Amino acid sequence: MAISEVTVRDAELLAIEEINAAGGVLGKKLEPVVEDGASDWPTFAEKATKLIAQDKVATVFGGWTSASRKAMLPVFEKRKALLWYPVQYEGLESSPYIFYTGATTNQQIVPGLDYLKEKGKKKLFLVGSDYVFPRTANKIIKAYAAANGMEILGEEYTPLGHTEYSTLVNKIVEAKPDAVFNTLNGDSNVAFFKQLKSTGIGADQMPVMSVSVAEEEVRGIGVDNVAGHLVAWNYYQTTDTPANERFVAAFKAKYGADKVTSDPMEAGYNAVYLWAEAVRKAGTTDVEAVKKAAGGVSLDRPEGRVTIDGDNQHVYKTARIGVVQPDGQIKEVWNSGEPIKPDPYLKTYSWAGGLV
Amino acid sequence: MTAPAMPVRPGEAPPDGTVRRWRGPAAFAAVFSAVAVLALVAAPLLLEPFRLGLLAKYLCYAIVALGIGLAWGQGGMLTLGQGVFFGLGGYAMGMYLKLNDAGGDLPDFMVWSGVEKLPALWKPFGNPVFALAMVVVLPVAVALLLGTLVFRQRVRGAYFAILTQALAAALVILLVGQQGLTGGTNGLTNFFDFFGHDVAADETQRGLYLLVAAVLGALYLGARQLVRSRFGRLLLAVRDGEDRVRFLGYDPATVKTLTFAVSAGMTGIAGALFVPVVGIISPALLGVVPSLELVVAVAVGGRFALAGAVLGAVVMGYARTYFSEELPDAWLYLQGALFVLVMTLAPRGIAGLAANLVRRREART
Amino acid sequence: MEGVLNQLPIGLSIGAVLLLIALGLTFTFGQMGVVNMAHGEFIMAGAYTAYLLQGVGFLVALPAAFVVAGLMGLVLERTLIRRFYGRPLDTLLLTWGVSLMLQQLARDLFGAPNVQVASPAWLRGGIGILPYNRLFIMALAAASVLAIWAYMNKTGQGRRMRAVMQNRRLAATSGIDTGRVDQRTFFIGSGLAGVAGVALTLIGPVGPALGTYYIVDAFLVVVAGGLGQLRGAVLAAAGLGLLNSYAEFWSDASLAKVVVFVAIIGFLQVRPQGLFFVRSRALT
Repeated sequence: MAISEVTVRDAELLAIEEINAAGGVLGKKLEPVVEDGASDWPTFAEKATKLIAQDKVATVFGGWTSASRKAMLPVFEKRKALLWYPVQYEGLESSPYIFYTGATTNQQIVPGLDYLKEKGKKKLFLVGSDYVFPRTANKIIKAYAAANGMEILGEEYTPLGHTEYSTLVNKIVEAKPDAVFNTLNGDSNVAFFKQLKSTGIGADQMPVMSVSVAEEEVRGIGVDNVAGHLVAWNYYQTTDTPANERFVAAFKAKYGADKVTSDPMEAGYNAVYLWAEAVRKAGTTDVEAVKKAAGGVSLDRPEGRVTIDGDNQHVYKTARIGVVQPDGQIKEVWNSGEPIKPDPYLKTYSWAGGLV
Repeated sequence: MTAPAMPVRPGEAPPDGTVRRWRGPAAFAAVFSAVAVLALVAAPLLLEPFRLGLLAKYLCYAIVALGIGLAWGQGGMLTLGQGVFFGLGGYAMGMYLKLNDAGGDLPDFMVWSGVEKLPALWKPFGNPVFALAMVVVLPVAVALLLGTLVFRQRVRGAYFAILTQALAAALVILLVGQQGLTGGTNGLTNFFDFFGHDVAADETQRGLYLLVAAVLGALYLGARQLVRSRFGRLLLAVRDGEDRVRFLGYDPATVKTLTFAVSAGMTGIAGALFVPVVGIISPALLGVVPSLELVVAVAVGGRFALAGAVLGAVVMGYARTYFSEELPDAWLYLQGALFVLVMTLAPRGIAGLAANLVRRREART
Repeated sequence: MEGVLNQLPIGLSIGAVLLLIALGLTFTFGQMGVVNMAHGEFIMAGAYTAYLLQGVGFLVALPAAFVVAGLMGLVLERTLIRRFYGRPLDTLLLTWGVSLMLQQLARDLFGAPNVQVASPAWLRGGIGILPYNRLFIMALAAASVLAIWAYMNKTGQGRRMRAVMQNRRLAATSGIDTGRVDQRTFFIGSGLAGVAGVALTLIGPVGPALGTYYIVDAFLVVVAGGLGQLRGAVLAAAGLGLLNSYAEFWSDASLAKVVVFVAIIGFLQVRPQGLFFVRSRALT
């Protein structure tokens, strides 16, 4: 739990506390057992095995990077236990033993592209960290661009943890794109935005659309450096639903008034409630029964209405595009209206034919 | 006993490369057999599968530690790049297993990386004999190359440590960048079949544990033989006075390169065994941090004794598991403190402390 | 063409960053043969000092960070490193342990996520391709080099430091208190790391892992430049900065890093002592 996962864990613990206060599940209280993957994929697999084999937990909530999920996938499939994964990811997966409560590509990246197209941004520059999510995302972006008359001026990758962005920003400035699609991860975002800011090019001239920058990251980057730029998520702390008002208030009350809430945190929070609801519907915590009962479970959550899709074990999510505000919060400027049906293999998009 | 090669502080045993000879080969055979019985018979009976799997993992690390004990403890070469050899052996095994599972199709990660056909680099690893050979040949070849380049230039000590660090870092970046070829940051995971056995089954895991323990035992005996041979003495001499060895007419570079290659081969085997035991090989395992952790494990156990190196790896493995479960926040402090304490208070590690106790008792009688 | 020309000042600015982080290490590694793996955490300490002082003033943070990091280095030297003189590999492991503890301490004190450090208003904007904050870093690097050069060559203390570096035994027999000199060297070397940390807040993330991003590069600059050699460090930093800048421009960042590593390894084949070194007939 290097950095960001701590907040997701906190949100999940809050959910457990709330459910217990309301009487628990099937008359029993939930007991959390917390293990730390230490940002090391073999450790994730090991701790997952421990939780399943030794602690005999009813279900597991967790994972952060796609690599951690890929490392845990064989454990859950072989031991027939359930994992609830809360982070937006690159799709192309639908394990029978994982429930994905974060966005897949057609609920985050594709709406982001739709928004850019609508705003007339035809020439894009792609920047990403060098691992599976950005590479897959960029493939999708290129296919979309080809089908929608947009031009990709450049596609650059930097190693994870890279912090020297002067050359890359120089390349971007040279290429003069209408917008930048940013799939950088973690600390690289800080260095990138600081460097971009110092070129003096503003968000109105060349907006950057990011998919890994949420309320928590905005602070580390420095609000001045990222204000005015775009992000694509399904939830913001400012999202206007009664459930969100309660969630934010409860979180701040438990953990501190200066805390922020973000999309992965909310997805983790939802996962606990969704599982509890599936268990109630199934009448048991038995894995196969819960899996069967989960399809169709639908709740009003802070991000809006969330429904589990029984076919691929993802959830319907509303896409929301936001602009980073000078106070560090993110304000929504567009949403998809209806929750989008998850399509991890992009089967329903004709332009994505050649991808998978 | 021959005169010690290094100036000795009073009350300290000279580093003669073995735990102080107790009472000869009989005592050693007894201790070794006792440990072997514990490892091969008692552990599989007493430990539940999850814990047995963890012990198998520690024993894989113990094989690496053995290599470090040889290269560093006996040879004075602090290599922070053992992860590279671990990774080469691990990826060789992983590639074979992935191709075996895919049975003629592309491995899963290539499919979702958009690779059209199997890269030429992968094709030969479909053959188990080739893959197993590569587990040893690849690391040894790299070590021989590196050793020849580096030791001939008389790069040693801290420079060597830093160079191996840079090498490991560069290799990790390369591996991560070539996602279609290597699985990128995810590494290779999700294996199903191991030479005809279901990887996930408890019996297979038990069998793997026994295999690792047996390999460790065999390599330990082999390393011990090497250390007690003439070559071993030469190695010690190179560690303690490289220039004098050169003046005596030997070529220290050859000695160091060969030792480095042997340790690399052992580490490659450890990496290959790690893959079915733990179920994943990821680029992070090749990096500097895991290598450093193992070096410290060897220091804790006792770098001048091969048994100490093995002990250190197992002890640190348990410490990591225990503390990360019970006191995750404290673990990093403990790990750091362990480094500091071992270097300042017990530079010869647990094995050294044990040897001191034995000597004091012998001195009294 | 313009892009290619632009990479020149970019390369020099990357070199300036490398120089700042490696300058202190040139001393501790070069002077005393001490491999201080906690050097990255001293950089981190400087960055957090800037974080704490951001209301007060950026320029105040520079000397403050020098003192904070310098004192940390002094404590480390007095308590631990002093006992391991002449055993670089042991100090490597020892200081690695200290580095782990300092990282965790930072996590406990400031939290695991990155913290926000605002750039001072007078460093906003830039000239042409180079932003003011990068120019500031280059100026800071140049000033540091000058200051060190003046200290080493124009002061008594500096002269004694050079003596100890060239021949410790002879310096000791000449009446120089080598212990004192070592303390000063470590203080200055660590203090320089702190100053680098303040500069890095302008361009990168400020978090507990900050040190880990720069430590390997710092050592490579020192090794390529030659231990304890000021002009070696300057040239190596500039060279590596330019190499990195052009390699990245013509390929990508990952490949550029690999190219730089391989180049250094290759360079050390040809010249294992680094760019500049003190010739000596003594056996190591």
